[in-house]
Amino acid sequence: MRFVDEFRDAATIRRTCEEIRRLADPARHYRLMEVCGGHTHAIYRFGLRDLLPPNIELIHGPGCPVCVLPMGRIDDGLALADRPDVIFTAFGDMMRVPGAHGTPLEHKARGKDVRIVYSPTDALALAQRHPDRHVLFFAIGFETTAPSTALVLQRARAEGVGNFSVFSNHVTIIPAIRAILDSPDMRIDAFIGPGHVSTVIGCRPYEWIARDEGKPVVISGFEPLDMLQSVVMLLHQLREGRAEVENQYKRVVPWDGNRAALTALAEVFELRPFFEWRGLGFISQSALAVRATYGAWDAERRFEVPGVRVTDPRAAQCGEVLKGVLKPHQCRLFGKECTPERPVGALMVSSEGSCAAYHSYEYRKTVAATPA
Amino acid sequence: MGDATTRVRFKEPQIEMAHGAGGKASRRLVEGLLAPLLLRGGELGDAALLDFDGCALAITTDAFVVTPITFPGGCIGDLAIHGTVNDLAVSGARPEAIVVSLLLEAGLPTTVLEAQVRAMADAAARAGVRVVGGDTKVVEHGKVDQLYITTTGIGRRLPGVTLSARSVRPGDRVIVSGPIGDHGITILLARGGLDLESDLCSDTRSVFPMVETLLQAVGPDIRWMRDPTRGGVATALNELAIDSGLSVHLQEDAIPLRAAVRGACEILGLDPLHIANEGQFLVVVDASRAEEALSVLHGTSRGAEAAIIGEIRDAPAACVLVATPYGGTRIVDMLVGDPLPRIC
Repeated sequence: MRFVDEFRDAATIRRTCEEIRRLADPARHYRLMEVCGGHTHAIYRFGLRDLLPPNIELIHGPGCPVCVLPMGRIDDGLALADRPDVIFTAFGDMMRVPGAHGTPLEHKARGKDVRIVYSPTDALALAQRHPDRHVLFFAIGFETTAPSTALVLQRARAEGVGNFSVFSNHVTIIPAIRAILDSPDMRIDAFIGPGHVSTVIGCRPYEWIARDEGKPVVISGFEPLDMLQSVVMLLHQLREGRAEVENQYKRVVPWDGNRAALTALAEVFELRPFFEWRGLGFISQSALAVRATYGAWDAERRFEVPGVRVTDPRAAQCGEVLKGVLKPHQCRLFGKECTPERPVGALMVSSEGSCAAYHSYEYRKTVAATPA
Repeated sequence: MGDATTRVRFKEPQIEMAHGAGGKASRRLVEGLLAPLLLRGGELGDAALLDFDGCALAITTDAFVVTPITFPGGCIGDLAIHGTVNDLAVSGARPEAIVVSLLLEAGLPTTVLEAQVRAMADAAARAGVRVVGGDTKVVEHGKVDQLYITTTGIGRRLPGVTLSARSVRPGDRVIVSGPIGDHGITILLARGGLDLESDLCSDTRSVFPMVETLLQAVGPDIRWMRDPTRGGVATALNELAIDSGLSVHLQEDAIPLRAAVRGACEILGLDPLHIANEGQFLVVVDASRAEEALSVLHGTSRGAEAAIIGEIRDAPAACVLVATPYGGTRIVDMLVGDPLPRIC
């Protein structure tokens, strides 16, 4: 398969791993955070952990939009699904994510009209096919998915589709990285930057991380070779005492981002003063609300939203795992009360969440390697 | 048996779609509630093995609720025959007779029903199995989705064959009969809404001719077989790992996979090992006979792409691992939940 096989070539991967071993100072411990949940998933899926020397530690960041969504927002969205005229739509990723009163799939099993869509365009088309119903799109995601929501809202307004609205849970990546860097127990040497988000926002928004915080950033693709090459680039920077933003994913990510997508985002959305992130708490200016000009398509303006707040169980240590203080299996709930099937904490929720990925792909390997 | 003292371990408050998806939740329901109340113990396999006055039989039943009812390469009618025939085949039995139970929605066009019944008749004739009886119920419009079919099959076990997870040994090899994931991805694309196009077809077919040829050639050295339907190869092999206490080590680049299935899985974020098959089977065979078993399968009419995909080891216990071509390994879990709408 083109654009995939080249980046999984065994000989090139072996050479790159040798280069990593050459560059890594054996006397030093490296803590590299991959910000994006897609990277976390790739690390486990491709077994990349096995290829890196033990003194290079990968810390899984906050970039899984499903994981960081507070349970109350899911309950709010599902409360709207209780209205008999509403068709609740969301990406497949959301379907097993529990609120305090169950998951979207469980609501569907109880007879609510809950449907999986593959893009917000499908949700809008559903509204056009069912003029007697109201189609609600439960929007999630970073700047990666937010532009498609923006375009659909523009189209809904242009075409005058009145029976469609968006419940926006879109979040932005930079404030989350800042929250992690500001945390007192932060222990990160460098960042593997999110590839998909950067196709939209470009590389410039990360420059402060290098300039003010002195941490190297390499924007990375998602294939094994992409990620290993990004580690090489970070090791070069650390070795040479540089801190810069570099772009490994040039075949997809333009330095200045996607102008058209950014324009659509700015026209449709505005920053919320603050938004709650599971595992990280409230972060100011970190999420997108629909602007008043699109108020007729904003579920939060159109309907009475209960505004549910659900506190995460105290025992869950998601925050510590997110900041790299604990590895997933060191959390006291990991694999016991908290499993991918019955997630308690945020990071066990989506297959891109670090605990879920660790549980699915790595955990039993570790257990097996430890003599009883 | 099911008296008041029987311990039911299944504590979940309601039945979810995942409990029928063939993965972990299904196993919890079966082992935690159905088996303790209904069964007298014994190994849970694709078919129950019975002995009547020296006659070794296998019996199995399966309900089919696929949407859409027709798809490239097949339809619910032939799936209903093949599914039951295959469960008997991988239990080491020659399918002999099937009874059919139809659950029909009021308002179903007769032409639709006739087409499905014809498909069943054709599939049964091709598979060499007789349909010997059945039952029909009709429910109100909206209570079922067009038609559901349940088939129950009985077969005679082939002599000299003992298949059980407990007979699997470290060193044994794992063979798959052909490319995986065709059926599940075909159904997913046939549902529409993905805007992906391909020329994929479901692999629905009877595997008995291949199984019979294999068992005749190397029967006593075949340890275990399974048709990896819902939950895919990953779930079938995890069940083997749990039931045997051993581990299954797969080589990722040895697993046969069509480019279209691989592409769809890459785009949709799915693992081909979790995708359903309806015309493939997995075999665990003694290492010394593995190459011979493979060449026997290669000689069958639809077995050209069969491959040795891995081996059994004693550690780590009860788990399935995949090694990538570049040296990493990952755990492959059972299917968790129901990533796709129901597909068979």
